[in-house]
Amino acid sequence: MDIVKLSAVEIKEKILKNELSATEVVKAHLNRIEEIDKDINAFISINKEGALEAAEKVDEKIKNGEELGALGGIPIALKDNIVTKDTKTTCGSKMLENYRSPYDATVVEKIKAQDGIIIGKTNMDEFAMGSSNETSFFGPTRNPVNTNLVPGGSSGGSAAAVKAEEVALALGTDTGGSTRQPAAYCDIVGIKPSYGLVSRYGVVSLANTLDTVGVFGRDVSDAALMLSAIVGYDEKDSTSYENPTHLVVEKDLEPTEYIKGMKIGIPREIYLDQIDKRLIGVMDKVIKVFQSLGAKVEEITLPHLEYGLSTYHVISAAEISSNMARFDGLRYGYRAKEYSTLDELYINSRNEAFGDEVKRRILMGTYYLSMGLGREYYEKALKMRTLIIDDFNKAFKDYDIILTPTSPILPFQLGKLKDEPLTKDLTSIFTAPVNLAGLCAMSIPCGYVDGLPVGLQIIGDRFKEMNIIKAGLAFEGGMKNGI
Amino acid sequence: MAYKTIIGLEIHVELATNTKMFCACPNTFGGEANTHCCPVCLGLPGSLPVINKTAIEYAIKAGIAFNCKINTKTKMDRKNYYYADLVKGYQISQDDIPLCEGGYIEIELEDGAKKINLQRIHIEEDTGKLTHTMDGDTLIDYNRSGVPLIEIVTRPDMNTPEEARLFLEKLRSTLKYIEVSDCKMEEGSLRCDININVVDTETGAKTNITEIKNLNSFKGAVKAMEFEEKRHIQLLKEGKNTVRETRRWDEVKNETVTMREKGEAEDYRYAVDGDLAPIEIPDTWIDEIRNKLPELPHHKKERFMRQYNLSEYDAGVLTASKDLASFYEETLKYIDDTKLVSNWIMGDVLRRLKDEEVEIEDTKLSPKALGQLLSLIKSGKINNNTGKKVLREVFETGKDPEVIVKEKGLIQITDESQILEVVEKVLSENQQSVIDYKNGKDRALGFLVGQVMKATKGKANPQLVNKMILDLINKM
Repeated sequence: MDIVKLSAVEIKEKILKNELSATEVVKAHLNRIEEIDKDINAFISINKEGALEAAEKVDEKIKNGEELGALGGIPIALKDNIVTKDTKTTCGSKMLENYRSPYDATVVEKIKAQDGIIIGKTNMDEFAMGSSNETSFFGPTRNPVNTNLVPGGSSGGSAAAVKAEEVALALGTDTGGSTRQPAAYCDIVGIKPSYGLVSRYGVVSLANTLDTVGVFGRDVSDAALMLSAIVGYDEKDSTSYENPTHLVVEKDLEPTEYIKGMKIGIPREIYLDQIDKRLIGVMDKVIKVFQSLGAKVEEITLPHLEYGLSTYHVISAAEISSNMARFDGLRYGYRAKEYSTLDELYINSRNEAFGDEVKRRILMGTYYLSMGLGREYYEKALKMRTLIIDDFNKAFKDYDIILTPTSPILPFQLGKLKDEPLTKDLTSIFTAPVNLAGLCAMSIPCGYVDGLPVGLQIIGDRFKEMNIIKAGLAFEGGMKNGI
Repeated sequence: MAYKTIIGLEIHVELATNTKMFCACPNTFGGEANTHCCPVCLGLPGSLPVINKTAIEYAIKAGIAFNCKINTKTKMDRKNYYYADLVKGYQISQDDIPLCEGGYIEIELEDGAKKINLQRIHIEEDTGKLTHTMDGDTLIDYNRSGVPLIEIVTRPDMNTPEEARLFLEKLRSTLKYIEVSDCKMEEGSLRCDININVVDTETGAKTNITEIKNLNSFKGAVKAMEFEEKRHIQLLKEGKNTVRETRRWDEVKNETVTMREKGEAEDYRYAVDGDLAPIEIPDTWIDEIRNKLPELPHHKKERFMRQYNLSEYDAGVLTASKDLASFYEETLKYIDDTKLVSNWIMGDVLRRLKDEEVEIEDTKLSPKALGQLLSLIKSGKINNNTGKKVLREVFETGKDPEVIVKEKGLIQITDESQILEVVEKVLSENQQSVIDYKNGKDRALGFLVGQVMKATKGKANPQLVNKMILDLINKM
């Protein structure tokens, strides 16, 4: 039995049935990391001792006949912008190269409380700004599908770790597509929950009205398991909600059963000029799969979708400029060696510790919030956000889910778009509007073109996670059955 | 030439909640540096603010007390700037929709009441505190970081430093009345910035507005305003103008000095704080707060006039501070004489407080003790002058007046037989005075009574002594 190939659901079952010990599971994954991570660079830090200790506790529980938590014995990786007491939290930046948080994020507490085993912290674009994992201070992560390709970003390390079988599950974050796009690029499942479903407490803010914690698994059931373990209202996060739907998946149904009676919308606006033309064929195939499963598929319109990316760009940059201000070199993090005034301390520390992408966004965001022309962009973006929300609200009156490609661009070669930040931003064109509207969405593998994995995005209304999970299970089953 | 001074105030008041604005850290003054802190008030990565409902309630209380409109739909915004005392690079405050808008505070001037209008009251968090050492280091204490504040901004409606002082007194007394802040300027729980300029009413020429900071007392504020007023007028006389600047009051030099010039208006890049959900305040909550609001100073004053039959002036003095008003009412529980109690509080008690620069609650005098003392006087057991002496002793020792009177043998002598011998002796030793009195010199009687009082160490009942002397002289 190759332990690392087991799904999270399988690992849990085997541990419960005493066919495997948690320690065996953890050791197998640690070995896998040892063996492969030098080629992938998915991890920034690995908590070997902590993981083995946690595994022992799980085995002890099994031995004593105690009840095991929902994540019992499953090896999990965390994106390095989710704070943990046991390991440092770098956000992929020189600024926090040696930063150790005095507290655990709420999601970390939930994982620990449910016997999940945190293996380590994963590589990411610096402060989650990027879509290829190339802006990390700790070097780029490579795509396990093909190490010449980028894994996507900014949660590229988490996606790669799951794909490379270094862990079974992982958490990422998703502000404009940072979970779904790397899931698509690494050929796995990624879910971005509705804004407020999962607590953001302890997740280092990028753009706080858009940020969500995302989950990765190699199939829909695994991703759903991960998600169901971290949802729920948190008194420490005023923007969190009690889970309004129960994330309970009926197992082993026929694919058609999952999708019975669902109405699916395909926005006509997705066929834009910048889209990779090979995706049009893929979408046709996807539509056929859903139709053959018995779903009703219709063309819909989201008139403001095309403004989603610029709206996202302005709002996220504005929030970023404010959120990044606390990294001033004074209380924690990097401090410049040379300075003679307080202002110089700020300027030199930030200048020396932040990478270009971070600086670019801080500059843009500062401009968008400043009096004058910049401010007009920001005010306009806020208005456009409302129009985009209205578009989705209208669509969800008649449709249960909406389908788009996850990214309009297929996985690209490492370094290829290094000097084209705008093209890289384009990868968020279908994902960012979902964040603007606070909806939920999943990226699910839908085949390969020319050796490159393609992700399908399934969008659901806010707090209708069950719709996307069911549609995902149906589609996964349909693909497996070769429909 | 005639000049008109224009004064507007910005007052920061720390709210006396148990915990800070956005976290569960204790909101107490002092404490070892950086011990009342947590990831939230230190702005550590990943931490999120959660608003303190009591802080909102206190701000609404203030809004109601100052006749403001309460905005039932509001939000928290970020005010972005860099400073060492600010942990997140932004202060959570309110920009375009303050919790309370408009409103006014009425002050009593000699020619009647004057309304000082308020622009707004908004809620925000306090910053840490910097201490500059002699060695040139700067130490930062974040215990104060995240303490809830309200900022009260007035319209430029005050025209003399005295009006501003009356405004501040009224503001402080009201905030203490409604128990939202202890308003201690020396501990920084009430901080006041002044905006002042002067207009030449004949030519219409006016000086630029000067902002004055670093005021540690109302007295200092008044002095600073008086200083600035003169400075502005002098400049106008010379045909000059003030610089648009922030000045600070230097207590040692007794003058304002330049802190920094005001360049272009600072751009704080305000934006809504997405970490905090929009605030919706149900009308029922506002009603509830309104109904729970304690009696405000002007209501109490009216009630005192009505209920205790006091003059407007007396009622005004007694209700100026909530503690003094309760002291008065408490004392009445021990002695049923509204006039006597008010006379003593307004006289000897307040004089003592003023001399010592203390508040009634900081002294050893209790309502019970004052009640007991006044009962002793009223029943004739001691006379007025002895009463004053006993009061001084109570202030110093906190002892019961009855105990003091007993220990020192101060009980008034009301038995004629005990005094008769003394009276006869005084009359025989001061025959000239007796003659003087008989010749119509009334003052001589006072002298004779005084001699008897002296001989009895003040214990004799003066009215009785008076009567006995007259009786004896008439018999002569």
